[in-house]
Amino acid sequence: MSIKGKAFIAGAYEHPGRDLPDLSVMRIHAECAMGALGDAGLSLGDVDGYFCNGQLGFGGISMAEYLGLSPSYIDSTFTGGSSYLAHVGHAAAAIAAGKCKVALITQGAKVRGVVRGAKLAPDTPEYPFEHVFGETNAGIYALAARRHMHEFGTTSAQLAAVKVAASEFAQHNPNALLRKRVSIDDVLNSPMIADPLHRLDCCVVTDGGGALVVVAPEIAKSLKRPSVKLLGHGEALKHSGDGRPDLTYTGAVWSGPRAFAEAGVTPADIDYASIYDSFTITVLMTLEDLGFCKKGQGGAYVADGAALRLDSALPVNTDGGGLCNNHPGYQGGLVKVVEAVRQLRGEANPHVQVKDCALALAHGTGGGMSRMGSVTLVLGREDA
Amino acid sequence: MDSKLPAPAPIISADTAAFWAATKKGVLLLQRCDACQRTIWYPKAFCNACGSLETTSFEASGEGEIYSFTEVHRGETAYRETPSFILAMVELDEGVRMLTNIVGAAPDALRIGQRVRVVFDDAGESAALPRFQPADKVS
Ligand SMILES: [Zn+2]
Repeated sequence: MSIKGKAFIAGAYEHPGRDLPDLSVMRIHAECAMGALGDAGLSLGDVDGYFCNGQLGFGGISMAEYLGLSPSYIDSTFTGGSSYLAHVGHAAAAIAAGKCKVALITQGAKVRGVVRGAKLAPDTPEYPFEHVFGETNAGIYALAARRHMHEFGTTSAQLAAVKVAASEFAQHNPNALLRKRVSIDDVLNSPMIADPLHRLDCCVVTDGGGALVVVAPEIAKSLKRPSVKLLGHGEALKHSGDGRPDLTYTGAVWSGPRAFAEAGVTPADIDYASIYDSFTITVLMTLEDLGFCKKGQGGAYVADGAALRLDSALPVNTDGGGLCNNHPGYQGGLVKVVEAVRQLRGEANPHVQVKDCALALAHGTGGGMSRMGSVTLVLGREDA
Repeated sequence: MDSKLPAPAPIISADTAAFWAATKKGVLLLQRCDACQRTIWYPKAFCNACGSLETTSFEASGEGEIYSFTEVHRGETAYRETPSFILAMVELDEGVRMLTNIVGAAPDALRIGQRVRVVFDDAGESAALPRFQPADKVS
């Protein structure tokens, strides 16, 4: 049993807003839902599967009520920023099992100008042993970056190269929060957030969201717009296991091979990749862990001149990514899928469109480096 | 000691009451699985390796080395007004790694692999926070 070829992404929508003081979070969900359904050529009444992260209200029920959905399948899996990639995989499995035919996935968020509170609920078991020491998301990724530097010789300039590449793409994206091109020195001279991570090593903080519509093959065939075929889905949780965290790798070491195996492809076959970029170190380590370069060589890989660019072996985050474009509500996973869909449809910004893009990968990382939900999707053109 | 860092009181549960009570006496406890002897951190009544619900506390050496560290310049929640502080992961000699703070040392003087020893900062009536100092600084 596999989901390969059994579900298609027929609609994809990224909210154009990055700073939305006048919209409610519910309204953002609704705008995104209608955007993605409109993109697919479907309507609210067609939806029989609903997926959201359940953070707003009573699991997925509150938003289903707000949108007026009566789904036969509901899933409010929450794995942080990778939630939405998990939703795509779960929707495909539900469709393959005949539980629904039109699955709607929505994200909506407002965090701009809001002082970030505790990341974890106080009743989680790890909370009393991390929160009291001032654990922050940037702090945890900084610990991983320093350890990676220690074990593999990775440098701050190599990390900065990831941001430089993202900024070169973002200049072409009119909706990107940061459109200005930056240099390695700009990154290294930006204020330190948690050393060795500078402000420009960190993703943007934005309002907004997006939505996806995943459908059964016969629905995809009936629609006018080109859809994207789901070829592989890999999911993995990495955690500290009774106090044994290793901060030098991500859950992609497991989710990647699962997705590649299901799709029957290798990293070398991928034409475009959306790689989760909460921080520059996230991209570097994920590229290693997905097998795009050897473990420990991510620094040399990303710093190699043309790397990550359009004319390289693997263009990455052509929308400017979470580092420059959009990372709504601290969760960048849904936007990652949207840009992969654009590339496979040939509808990316002309300046950043990958030629003959037939096979794409989208990867999400949710949580910190000591515990995370990791999800990898392999996507193909409709005829793949 | 008083490191001058914020010391928010931890939330204490049935799993962690003995651990926090010991911190008030300057003792760092770890747990060992009764069935398979695996060392367990953070305190909990369940062993990942064998599924045993029976674990017993023992006094840790309180010594270890820095696995990684960072100077955080943008603190959140209780640390929001703290200009900067050292967040670290320390590997205890018993083999488990815990999140903590390094105190009593300049950030520039720290390195991965450095030997450290536990010190306790009062965090209210019921707990003290286990933080670490370079071993050569502890008298
Ligand atoms: Zn055991």
